[in-house]
Amino acid sequence: MSRFKKNGKKETPELNMGSMSDIIFMFLFFFMVITTMREASLKVHFTPPQATEIQKLEKKSLVANIYVGAPISKNENTLPPGEVSVQLNDQTIKAEELVSDVRDFIGTEKESRDAQDRDKLTFSLKVDKDVQMRYVNTIKQELRKNNALKINYAAGKKAN
Amino acid sequence: MSKRKTPGLNTGAMSDISFLLLTFFLLTSSINTEQGIPRKLPPPKTDDTPEMKADINKRNVLNVLVNYLDQISVNGEVIPVSELKDKAKEFFSNPTNDPSLPEKVSKPIDGIGDFAVSKGVVSLTNDQGTSYNMYVQVQNELQRAVNELRDETSLQYFGKKYSALDSAAQRAVTAAIPMSISEAPPMDYSKAPAQ
Repeated sequence: MSRFKKNGKKETPELNMGSMSDIIFMFLFFFMVITTMREASLKVHFTPPQATEIQKLEKKSLVANIYVGAPISKNENTLPPGEVSVQLNDQTIKAEELVSDVRDFIGTEKESRDAQDRDKLTFSLKVDKDVQMRYVNTIKQELRKNNALKINYAAGKKAN
Repeated sequence: MSKRKTPGLNTGAMSDISFLLLTFFLLTSSINTEQGIPRKLPPPKTDDTPEMKADINKRNVLNVLVNYLDQISVNGEVIPVSELKDKAKEFFSNPTNDPSLPEKVSKPIDGIGDFAVSKGVVSLTNDQGTSYNMYVQVQNELQRAVNELRDETSLQYFGKKYSALDSAAQRAVTAAIPMSISEAPPMDYSKAPAQ
């Protein structure tokens, strides 16, 4: 029996940590693939309306966002009578510059894409559900005038 | 020359780094918020675009009005949102060939054969004071009517739902059940002087 007797006291073997980083890397890649960077911080309150027939937008790089909603802080620029702000990129825009700013926004967004992707560029209107249509109509008219015809009304999924 | 043994690298800190990156992506990510109802705007008006109104028959138009109180009227009749889908479905399909509902034209479609395509157009008019929520609900109900009709047609001809079809069959069904919404310039009753 003495043949199987271990010499010395028992030691816990050292764990190999090498494969742990593999697992973490797997998580990391998963999140990197599904993630979309929020490129601008929100300056308006935006609760999307609920709908049932929604579709997912295919390519996130081909989406430009226009936010419309009640301003979060009092210092933001608003449209008259002062309850609604429009946010393009990372700032709210002034009422008198609404038309020209939307036009410039469409222009720069189109220019930053490749020529063959320009027609696929979608403008996603992220509008708060309590906003009146007059603001949305103005923006839609401007989009139409500038040949940005693919739009999307952002909406949340409604449980049936 | 004796073989030199490479010392074992301590990779424990590597997981720390990747954890850091992982938390960074966890915090900055927003999973799939890009969803909604896609629409196409009509091309910008030019002077040579002819007015199309003259040749659209009255029976081929479904007039949907939404006022500033978010009430809906369809061809002069006030209805709740929940009934809009069935109205639109009946309008687009016209199952009994009712002379007051849109006429249908038989067209050859690849993969389906001759199909009676409806000439119906929904004319949607909003008030400037309509809430965006109601506008999206109306768009959603109209989309739902068309989606249900497309599903029925796909089941009949291909035995599958529309979303399960390949793109050629989807194109055929889309040609058979077109979705035509025309948006009229918005009204503005809320600006009318108070009596």
